[in-house]
Amino acid sequence: MSSQVSTAAATSLWEGGRSPYATNSKKFGMWLFIISDSLTFSALLFAYTYSRVSNPNWPTPFHFSPSIIFSTVMTFCLLSSSLTMVMAVHSMNHGKRKAAGAWILATMGGGAAFVVLHLSEWLNLINNEHVTPFENPWGVPLFGGTFFALTGLHMTHVVIGLIYLAIVCQAVFRGKFKAEDVEVSGLYWHFVDLVWMFIFPLVYLMSARVH
Amino acid sequence: MSVHTEEVEHIGGATTMTFAKVWIALLAMTGVEVLLAYEQVPMMIMLTALLGLSIIKAALIIAYFMHLKFEKLSLFLTLFPMLVFCIILMLIFLGDAVRIPAMRPPV
Repeated sequence: MSSQVSTAAATSLWEGGRSPYATNSKKFGMWLFIISDSLTFSALLFAYTYSRVSNPNWPTPFHFSPSIIFSTVMTFCLLSSSLTMVMAVHSMNHGKRKAAGAWILATMGGGAAFVVLHLSEWLNLINNEHVTPFENPWGVPLFGGTFFALTGLHMTHVVIGLIYLAIVCQAVFRGKFKAEDVEVSGLYWHFVDLVWMFIFPLVYLMSARVH
Repeated sequence: MSVHTEEVEHIGGATTMTFAKVWIALLAMTGVEVLLAYEQVPMMIMLTALLGLSIIKAALIIAYFMHLKFEKLSLFLTLFPMLVFCIILMLIFLGDAVRIPAMRPPV
């Protein structure tokens, strides 16, 4: 009796339609995570904007050189790492594991360069402009709080992405993981890039000091 | 027997050349953003331009790099209208931010 039931369950079709999203569960799970994480970053960006609009004397501490030049190079690093990640997925889809691993390593190189540049930018703000999360010379403590919270959360995502990519990369070189696993890690990396596309103009460029 | 193996179709007709073009477009838009900051254009014009360019850049990344353009429409319709709706709801707080400076007692 029980074997009849299990056989019927195994052969029955779900009547709601075949695979409504035509995608695997890992990819769909990553998309759901990305959407929820987008709301976290949206809330932080709105908190930053709220603080800025409600404080007319909001500081503009980012000198064109070095802050804006540094952050522009950081943007270039992230955008280029997104392109190399696309190439990794492309290589994996064509069964070229070594090439895929090399492209993932290049992606990690771009991400590592971003983190190093970002940390040096933070140190410049802390040591030269005397900005901390709790106080700054301009008397608007919310600036440091919102700035370090927003960029710090993003940098945490980049570091987690580097660890994630390192795990995927070694698995690809050892012949483990499928193309879909590389694609899912790529989705995460592109999301990190996408968030920076809003942080860079709203936080850095809107507070640039040219003269 | 195509000689140009890098031009092999990737997903849904996109080639590596397509992705390279998207990357160049993203870099070009970043260049325009930096130029706007350097020229110090008026605040509202700059905010509008930067937000517009950011949304276009985000759309390009989602559509091509994240392959959403090549997924089923049902996936897009499940994920994005809700996200956009929630983000628009957050705008409700900005009215308060505009009023706060006028409500502060004079020092």
